Amino acid sequence: MKVLVAVKRVVDANVKVNVLADNTGVDLNNVKMAINPFCEIAVEEAIRLKEKGVATEIIAVCIGPKAAQEQLRTAMALGADRSILVETDAEVEPLGVAKALKAIADKEQPGLIIVGKQAIDGDNNQTGQMLSALAGYSQATFASEIVVDGDKATVTREIDGGLQTLSITLPAIVTTDLRLNEPRYASLPNIMKAKKKPMDITTADELGVDLAPRVKVLKVEPPAERAAGIIVESVEDLVDKLKNEAKAI
Amino acid sequence: MSILVYADHDNASLNAATLNTVTAATQIGGDVVVLVAGAGCAAVAEAAAKVNGVSKVLLADNALYANQLAENIGLLVAEVGKDYSHILASTTSNGKSFLPRVAALLDVAQISDIIKVESEDTFARPIYAGNAIATVQSSDAIKVISVRGTGFDAAAAEGGSAAVETVDIANDAAVSSFVNEEVVKSERPELTAASVIISGGRGMQNGENFKILEAVADKLGAAVGASRAAVDAGYVPNDMQVGQTGKIVAPDLYIAVGISGAIQHLAGMKDSKVIVAINKDEEAPIFQVADYGLVADLFEAVPALEKLI
Repeated sequence: MKVLVAVKRVVDANVKVNVLADNTGVDLNNVKMAINPFCEIAVEEAIRLKEKGVATEIIAVCIGPKAAQEQLRTAMALGADRSILVETDAEVEPLGVAKALKAIADKEQPGLIIVGKQAIDGDNNQTGQMLSALAGYSQATFASEIVVDGDKATVTREIDGGLQTLSITLPAIVTTDLRLNEPRYASLPNIMKAKKKPMDITTADELGVDLAPRVKVLKVEPPAERAAGIIVESVEDLVDKLKNEAKAI
Repeated sequence: MSILVYADHDNASLNAATLNTVTAATQIGGDVVVLVAGAGCAAVAEAAAKVNGVSKVLLADNALYANQLAENIGLLVAEVGKDYSHILASTTSNGKSFLPRVAALLDVAQISDIIKVESEDTFARPIYAGNAIATVQSSDAIKVISVRGTGFDAAAAEGGSAAVETVDIANDAAVSSFVNEEVVKSERPELTAASVIISGGRGMQNGENFKILEAVADKLGAAVGASRAAVDAGYVPNDMQVGQTGKIVAPDLYIAVGISGAIQHLAGMKDSKVIVAINKDEEAPIFQVADYGLVADLFEAVPALEKLI
C-alpha cells in the first residue's frame, strides 16, 4: 500500500513570531523554517507503517515555494521514498492545497493519506477534512493511534471529552494529533541518501488546480497585551486580593 | 441574509459552546436557524428552540447521525446549508471535523476559529498560536465559519420560542463506523464551560499530586486543567489539556499551578479575566500574564489556599 504524506514549510515552532510594523503580516525575514510539527508526526507514522510492513512506499508532497524542497529532503531523510513539490509562490489556502493533493492522490492512488491536523502558521485545521470530502476517502481526524488491518483502519481520536475510536474503510485520510508518536531525528547517512531520492516538481497549472485565494487578509495585528500584574507575598495576601480586589472568589 | 448554526450536542443536551456561536450569528445579522442532527435528539432541538435569537430549528433525527460521523454530517450540512449566506459551527472536535468538509463540498473557503465579527464578510481570527490576530475578508458567496467560544458571550439559553421543523435528509457515506468512546465523566464542570479553572503543570511531579488541585476545585466549583507538559509526562489524560493544541478557555478566574507558561499554554488561557500563577521559579513566563503571582512551593501554597477559601 502506498502512503501519501503532506508536509508544509512553516516557521520553526520555537521561533516567537513578530507582527510587521505595517500590519501586513508576520515578519518571516531570516526566520528559521521547518516542517510543520504535525506534518512531521504524519511522516513518522508513515515510516512506522512501512517498518511494520503495512506501507510499501511513502510519498511526501508539499504545496509551497521552491525553498520547500528543503522540507521534502528532510522528509526523505526521515524515511519517505520519494517526493513531489507543487511549486507556487502564492500564499496557499487549505482549499487549494486540498485540491492539489486530490489531483496527486488521483494519480498515485494511495491507500492512506496522513496529514497534520493543522499547520502552526495559519492554524486552520481544514486541509485533511477538505481533501477527504473532495476525494471521497473516509476520514479520521486528530489521531492518537492508527491500526491498519486489511482494507480497514481502526483509529483512536482525541476528542473534547476524551477518546473516540472509529473504523474507517481504506482509502482513508487521517490527520495527526500530538500524541500519535514522537518523531525520530534524521541520521547523517540518511540525510546524504535523501539527496539522491527522486523529487518531482510540478505546478498547480499542470495539475489543473486553481490555487487562487478566496480570503483576503486585511490586516495582521499583535494580540492585546495584558496589563502587568503584581507579585503577592503570601497565600493570605493572595486570598485577600482575590476576595476584595478582583472579587474573583 | 440567513445564517445556519450547527448545534453541538451529545443527543441529550445542547453543548454550551453553541450558545456562543449563536451570539456570533446574531452579530452577523439576519435570521438564525439552528440545525440539530443526531439520533433521538428531540430534547436538544427543544433546548435550541428556547435559545434567545434563534428564529427556527431544523431537526435531522436519524440513526445515520447518531455518532456525528464527519462524512455523513458534512453531506447533510452542505445540502441544507447551500441556501444560506453563512454556515457556522463551534470550534469543538465535532465542528472541526465536519465543517471543512462542508466548505469543500460547496467549493468555498472556511474561516476558522473567529473571535470577532467585523461585518458580514469580515472576521478576526488568531494565527500563529494566538501570537497574531488576522482580520480577513471572504469573497465567497457562502461563508463557512467556525467560532471560538471564548470570543463571544453566550446567548441566553431561555427566552426564545422558535418552531422546530423536521428535515428528512438521510446521507450515508458508508465509509466509516463508530467503534467506541471513552468520555471522562466528572462531577466538576467542563473546562470550556467553567467559570473557575485550576490547572497543574510539570511542577505537580505526578498525577497523584493533582489531588491537591482537586481539593481547591471542589471548594470553588472549579474545573481542573493541565499544561501540555503535564499531559505529555503522563500525569493526567489529554482531555485536561489547556493550550493552543488543547482546550481554549477564558474563565473568570484561572489559577496556574507549577506551570512555567509556554507560549502554547498561554495561547489557551490568556483571555481569562483574572489569572493567578503559583510557581517557585520567579523567572517563569507565566508571571508576565498573571494578575497575581505567588512565588512559592506549590505543595505548601496550594493546601494553604484550600484552607483559606
